Amino acid sequence: MNYELMVIFTPVLSEDEFKAAQKKFADLIKDNGGEVTHENPWGLRSLAYPIRKKTTGMYVVLEYSAPSDLNEKLKIQLNRDENVLRHMITALDKYAVTYNNRKRNGVNAESKTTEA
Amino acid sequence: MAVKPKQEIKYLTAVKTEKRQKKYCRFKKMGIKYVDYKDAEFLKKFLNDQGKMLPRRITGNSLKFQRKVAQAIKKARQMALLPYVTDLLK
Repeated sequence: MNYELMVIFTPVLSEDEFKAAQKKFADLIKDNGGEVTHENPWGLRSLAYPIRKKTTGMYVVLEYSAPSDLNEKLKIQLNRDENVLRHMITALDKYAVTYNNRKRNGVNAESKTTEA
Repeated sequence: MAVKPKQEIKYLTAVKTEKRQKKYCRFKKMGIKYVDYKDAEFLKKFLNDQGKMLPRRITGNSLKFQRKVAQAIKKARQMALLPYVTDLLK
């Protein structure tokens, strides 16, 4: 099953802490039997509304395929980690996966963004 | 005495009001299958300037895609990509 994890880290993290935190979750997926198909750090971005009194956050989007029981372990870690402001795991159906692949290698930069 | 305003012209046949062009579901037309919640710019087309979702009769979406857009907008709001309420969003 394909999943997509989006995590917002506190902006107070320095660059390498951000990478370390990102790697921590990627490794967690790997050694629990999943495999990460794509990592996409967005970096520092301003939030639409303040979360925990912070107006900016470090975004990471991880796309991975994993057995269905892995997400529970992931959630425990995500809730325990205090660097994580907010996280969201979404299941990807086949259209979503094709969408992500096309978007990533920019086949036609996703037909809907080109339309008026 | 004020000059009487010119008599309003009476047409023989009713003035033909311009035909409102038929709304279409942009997802069906474009063949888009997945609405991405990460693409905030695209989702903003379905929000009014207070950040509220536009109804189907205005967006012209089919029921299936209006629900997908609604789900995507709620996810985007949860991940602070879109505000829950704002003024002058655009």
